[in-house]
Amino acid sequence: MLKVSDLSIAYTHQEHTLRAVDQLSFELQAGETLGIVGESGSGKSQTLLALLGLLRKNAQIQGEIVFQGKALLQQTEKQWQQIRGKEISMIFQDPMTALNPYLTIGTQLIEVLQHHEQLSYAAAKARTLDMLDQVQIATPKTRLTQYPHECSGGMRQRIMIAMALLCKPTLLLADEPTTALDVTIAAQIIALLKELQRQHQMAIIFVSHNLGVVAQLCQKVHVMYQGKVLEQAKTSELFKHPQHAYTKRLLAALYREDR
Amino acid sequence: MSLRVQSLNIYYPMQKQHMFAKETYMHAVKDLSFSVETGQTLGIVGESGCGKSSVARALLGLQPHLTGEIWWHQHALHDCSDQQWMPLRRDIQMIFQDPLASLDPRFTIEQCIQEPLNALYPELTQIQKQHRVEKMMQRVGLSPELKHRYPHEFSGGQCQRVGIARALIVEPKLLICDEPVSALDVLIQAQIIQLLKELQQALNLTMIFISHDLNVIGQISNQIMVMYLGRLMEWADKTTLQTQAKHPYTQALWNAIPNPFQPQRKTCTLLYGEIPSILTPPSGCVFHTRCPYVMPQCKISPPSYVSLSSTQKTACYLITQDK
Amino acid sequence: MRGLIRVFGMDHMSNLRNSSTAWQRFKKHKAALFSLYLLGVLITAVLVLPEFSPHTYETTDWGAIFSAPTWNNGHWFGTDELGRDVFVRTLIGGRVSILVALLASTVSVVIGVSYGALAGFIGGRVDQWMMRWVDILYSLPFMFFAILLMTFFGRHLSLLFIAIGAISWLDMSRIVRGQTLSLKHKEFIEAARVCGVRTPQIIWRHIVPNTLGIVAIYTTLTIPSVILTESFLSFLGLGVQEPLTSWGVLINQGAQNMSVAWWTLIFPAVFLISTLYCCHFIGDGLRDAFDPKDNASC
Repeated sequence: MLKVSDLSIAYTHQEHTLRAVDQLSFELQAGETLGIVGESGSGKSQTLLALLGLLRKNAQIQGEIVFQGKALLQQTEKQWQQIRGKEISMIFQDPMTALNPYLTIGTQLIEVLQHHEQLSYAAAKARTLDMLDQVQIATPKTRLTQYPHECSGGMRQRIMIAMALLCKPTLLLADEPTTALDVTIAAQIIALLKELQRQHQMAIIFVSHNLGVVAQLCQKVHVMYQGKVLEQAKTSELFKHPQHAYTKRLLAALYREDR
Repeated sequence: MSLRVQSLNIYYPMQKQHMFAKETYMHAVKDLSFSVETGQTLGIVGESGCGKSSVARALLGLQPHLTGEIWWHQHALHDCSDQQWMPLRRDIQMIFQDPLASLDPRFTIEQCIQEPLNALYPELTQIQKQHRVEKMMQRVGLSPELKHRYPHEFSGGQCQRVGIARALIVEPKLLICDEPVSALDVLIQAQIIQLLKELQQALNLTMIFISHDLNVIGQISNQIMVMYLGRLMEWADKTTLQTQAKHPYTQALWNAIPNPFQPQRKTCTLLYGEIPSILTPPSGCVFHTRCPYVMPQCKISPPSYVSLSSTQKTACYLITQDK
Repeated sequence: MRGLIRVFGMDHMSNLRNSSTAWQRFKKHKAALFSLYLLGVLITAVLVLPEFSPHTYETTDWGAIFSAPTWNNGHWFGTDELGRDVFVRTLIGGRVSILVALLASTVSVVIGVSYGALAGFIGGRVDQWMMRWVDILYSLPFMFFAILLMTFFGRHLSLLFIAIGAISWLDMSRIVRGQTLSLKHKEFIEAARVCGVRTPQIIWRHIVPNTLGIVAIYTTLTIPSVILTESFLSFLGLGVQEPLTSWGVLINQGAQNMSVAWWTLIFPAVFLISTLYCCHFIGDGLRDAFDPKDNASC
């Protein structure tokens, strides 16, 4: 379904060239989850942006991304607008800055459906309420008329997940969605994502700096460092027998006494 | 007992409707009591709205609206004027959460680290101060050649080392760390925690370490205090809290930590619902809205603290029921 | 998808530190750099060039009243209705206008920054009352105040500075107060408190330097408005006394004689407009140079 071959993203500033991503390759089938783990500067967020065509104009991209037969790197902006939100969707780290603070939640969600599926207002509203129910929001009707700042962090993240899943995308990109949340709320969001993935059978690429979170959700893991993939393996394999020294250090940093 | 806090309550004034309206307050921390021995580390853990940062600021005299008592050796910190705080600032220092934001962007590293010396040890000569700054930089793992650089030229981990150098240059006895590693990458976190542990050993520091991450707290603390919405839920020493946590919230916190070695977490141990707003705390036990073991009396009045042993204290009707 | 917000990926470039200073960023703004040099040339001209002219600003050349600009008799910009040399008068007028602008701006910066920083940092009731006082001063009619001052104390140059300076600090104080309010809650201010730094020191060493960026930008925008205010006062006849002149006076007189002697209007006007443009572009360049996004990247 998704095949990335030798993806490289570089930026040139004055005389320096920075390789944000270096020769990244992977494949993803429908219903699979891939975790990308790395610290800041490892290139994981740049990978997600490349998959959505949201890289800056001065990015030098090489390699190939094929998604359901389409060559993503060759898409025009108009073609991208059909893909983004409909076939590939994204949830961000900080829901407060990703939601428009001046529009009600209902407006933002219904707008997505009206744009992509040309639904009438009533039909879009019904679908939206159904989606808010699926993401386990208690009083969906009230939420539609509220503004983002009136909701808590966990609530906003659920709303963002609802917005991303409204058009039933084939691929969901998650850029550290639980990093800005409290521990117990993050645990709820991870359980929610697991449940939704089971229901909708979509592929997820989950980016995080936390190996533990990735272990909860993903079947395959890539460990990235400064743009290069240092290790890629099935999750269970990676945690039982980490090969690379960097992976071992990351695991060691997750100190926890066995209870 | 070097630090003792008794029945601490912290209030924040709420925004007034108009200039002549009456002052109303939000009750951020309620009836908090704890103590710390010399050379020990107390970890304070909790999620947003639990009041841990308010406690840190109260210990530094940065909270104007509080009741209760805070005793540092024989000094009554709750009652000190600005003048009386000056000598105490040599003893009590703090490391902040955002390493870059805690440094003035217009100061060089040398100026940042030297600032407490200028304010608290004015009798030192410039040469003596510079010498101390260089020594301190080496101690925290920074090359003294970097002292003329500016904070934005450094990474998060390096900026935090500067923050640590600045806090320790006056040789304090009590160090308060307000989420010092939350903004850093995982491997850098491990380095900074290691550095803090070494410095604590070397300088016999008493530390209060605040974090929302139980993993991090577990690496560095001797005793751990769990807070929720401004109230103390459980206090225990590290081993007891890790193996025999009694309060449902503490148990939920442990279960919420994603463990790569046990990926299949039992969903029934997850907490549901959102954290209530501190402006409208629930009645009775503040945790009852999310507690999986809630009972009728939990909604009516808050449970009182019970000492389960010399190393564990908690407030929960489940415990008093068992007893 | 219209609802999907673009991610501005600057934070992903953390490895590539932008180590250029504010001056280097300023140099990239070509118009601002050119304006800086032009302003330098203008200031040097008004200070130095009058010495090279054979005429002074007050002597009358009876044989050359309203004479057009010419090279041979030394009246390079022509003469006015009293036969005075327009070249020298323009430059001397420039001295007065620029001096008024600089002094009034200095007054505005000194009072405005101190007042604003103090009000913003102390906060609470003190801040409220200080800002209400500013609001009251805003509502007073400036012209009325200036006329009153001139009438009671005569038309001295120093009074002009005081009158204009007394009004221009109001905007500056509001701006600095706003900046102070946002800086007050930053962690490095709290850190300074914990380090034992006292309040006056915090304001002086931490708050004020961090507002200088915006103060510099605003000052370059204040200067044109001060020059225009002075020109307006001179236009009304409340400015400098004859035979001393300023660009405002010259333009006033020039406008009256425009049909007969265009040079009495055009030359002072060109100088005034050039100075105003230079100040605006320098302000623009300073704003780009002090861009907080670039300063905050790490």
